[in-house]
Amino acid sequence: MAATVNTRKLARTMLMPAVIILFIWMIVPLLLTIWYSFQNYNLINPVNAGFAGWSNYKYFLTDPAFFQAFANTLILTLSVLAITVIGGILLGLLLDQFIYGQGIVRILVISPFFIMPTVAALVWKNMLMNPNYGIFAWIATRLGFAPVAWLETFPLLSIILIVAWQWLPFATLILLTALQSLDEEQKEAAGMDGANFASLFVYITLPHLARAITVVILIETIFLLSVFAEILVTTSGGPGYASTNIAYLIYHQALLDYDVGGASAGGVVAVILANIVAIFLVRLVGKNLDA
Amino acid sequence: MGKIVLEGVEKHFGNVKVISNVSLTVEDGAFVVFVGPSGCGKSTLLRLIAGLEDVTSGKIYIDGVNVVDLPPAKRGLSMVFQSYALYPHMSVRGNIGFGLKMAGMPKEEIRTRVDAAAATLNLTPYLERKPRMLSGGQRQRVAIGRAIVREPKGFLFDEPLSNLDAALRVNMRIEIARLQKSLATTAIYVTHDQVEAMTMADKIVVLNAGSVEQVGSPLELYERPDNLFVAGFIGSPKMNLITGATAEPYGAATIGIRPEHLAVAGDGDGWAGTISVAEHLGSDTFLYVEVPGVGLLTARTQGEVAFHAGERVMLHPDPARLHRFDKSGLAIRN
Ligand SMILES: Nc1ncnc2c1ncn2[C@@H]1O[C@H](COP(=O)(O)OP(=O)(O)OP(=O)(O)O)[C@@H](O)[C@H]1O
Ligand SMILES: [Mg+2]
Repeated sequence: MAATVNTRKLARTMLMPAVIILFIWMIVPLLLTIWYSFQNYNLINPVNAGFAGWSNYKYFLTDPAFFQAFANTLILTLSVLAITVIGGILLGLLLDQFIYGQGIVRILVISPFFIMPTVAALVWKNMLMNPNYGIFAWIATRLGFAPVAWLETFPLLSIILIVAWQWLPFATLILLTALQSLDEEQKEAAGMDGANFASLFVYITLPHLARAITVVILIETIFLLSVFAEILVTTSGGPGYASTNIAYLIYHQALLDYDVGGASAGGVVAVILANIVAIFLVRLVGKNLDA
Repeated sequence: MGKIVLEGVEKHFGNVKVISNVSLTVEDGAFVVFVGPSGCGKSTLLRLIAGLEDVTSGKIYIDGVNVVDLPPAKRGLSMVFQSYALYPHMSVRGNIGFGLKMAGMPKEEIRTRVDAAAATLNLTPYLERKPRMLSGGQRQRVAIGRAIVREPKGFLFDEPLSNLDAALRVNMRIEIARLQKSLATTAIYVTHDQVEAMTMADKIVVLNAGSVEQVGSPLELYERPDNLFVAGFIGSPKMNLITGATAEPYGAATIGIRPEHLAVAGDGDGWAGTISVAEHLGSDTFLYVEVPGVGLLTARTQGEVAFHAGERVMLHPDPARLHRFDKSGLAIRN
């Protein structure tokens, strides 16, 4: 017993430095953000300094752009989740069937995940969605339609497509692995029980995938709430605030409006919102992870 | 209802022939056991009957209808898998009732039927549990429940007891045999355990390398094996097979004598040998006797006997129980 107590003590002591550094790493920026969020701190107006009370928050939360950014963040996150989970299941089912060229097809499907967000977004912006020389425009003119200026006409939809394209491989990979771990005899038993393809999917495959779907949703949500690079290099949040999400709005305030105090208040709001979403998610789907 | 007839059934995987030309009749209500060494094609044959594999050629009739082109669900058979293959996210009730639900049966009727099946199998207290909260034997019973609740034309069992411990295996063996008799439903049961085969079967089909070696009742196979393979495979301990000069006087290439048909005595006529090992089981004693010029023979005597390792004994075969085989391994009958 003494040995275990000692080992535990030793382990704690050895862990301490790492824990302390991580804690400082997290807490200092957070405290600074909170501190700035209560300060009047604008880079173009250095005269107006000092304690601001709740005014930064009031300003941020009553800004009509905030509501739009909030809605956009939710729409973006939920749409990408829906596209990647449904698309991932379909692709997974497909890849689970293929026999010839399976290896190459899988690499092709996975590859978007290895492309940096900025690069991916630029490729979409210039090669695919550009109304003058993009491939979509070329297809449209070939078919006799007028080319669509995607990023101007459907800014949020365009962002959703780009981000979904990036995350689809991740979802596919996780769901495919889960599909492959489904016991063959279980499928055969269901077949003998008279289940057709649809009931096999609903009653056997989907429940088996529940845990993998949960993992995909949890991980993707963390990243989707803070999509930034794709917006910056394509629409810059516009036109107007049509494709601005909360992450981009904060950037906008800090680095385009030079309002450090307001941006800090936005940052704190974003942290709180992310936590609310996290609590909801864990309550909603996290129970799948217990079993 | 549930007569299953196989006619010239063959199965190839690529260019490997796994089942060659199997013809077989399983009478309605019979309990038929497929036995054979590992890899001989027992599971494959069962899966062909179930419809989980397609035959390469040949016909399978269930109640007179050729079913080779029917999907598994349409053949009216149910199967108990070696791994049980229970649906992990469904309760025991859900597992047992799944086939009925797929058949579109009304909820009320499913309920009564599942309750009845659970009562037969002593599963009533566990109906709302998930499979992972059950013991191996209980899971096995759920798998059986899933098979019986559909009132199929026949049951197919693929080594259903191989994951259970020895004591439970004996219990379940008896339970399955009793259940099958009371339902009077045709059953095909795959095992490599010949004790299971001997105790449960009305008819045993001995398979070797994808073809049928012999079909018969357990005692027929024990008393009149058609060939060397069946002679060596059925019976425990194995039949003594003796070749060469000892077999010649009998007009055979090989003679076989079961351990229980070798009389052991301190003197008298027969083969003289030395006991190398004596296994005392209480009910029986197995003596492994080294006979010069013949080889190591196994003798089985009832009860406790006074012979011990190192002693010299005489082994006398019962001439009426002697089996003779020709050069190609076929039994010589007079
Ligand atoms: N899908 C397949 N593709 C190729 N060969 C196969 C396939 N399934 C089975 N085989 C081969 O067919 C032969 C018979 O297999 P089977 O599973 O029927 O044996 P078994 O008698 O059930 O053996 P065991 O007692 O070990 O379960 C084996 O040699 C096996 O390697
Ligand atoms: Mg097998």
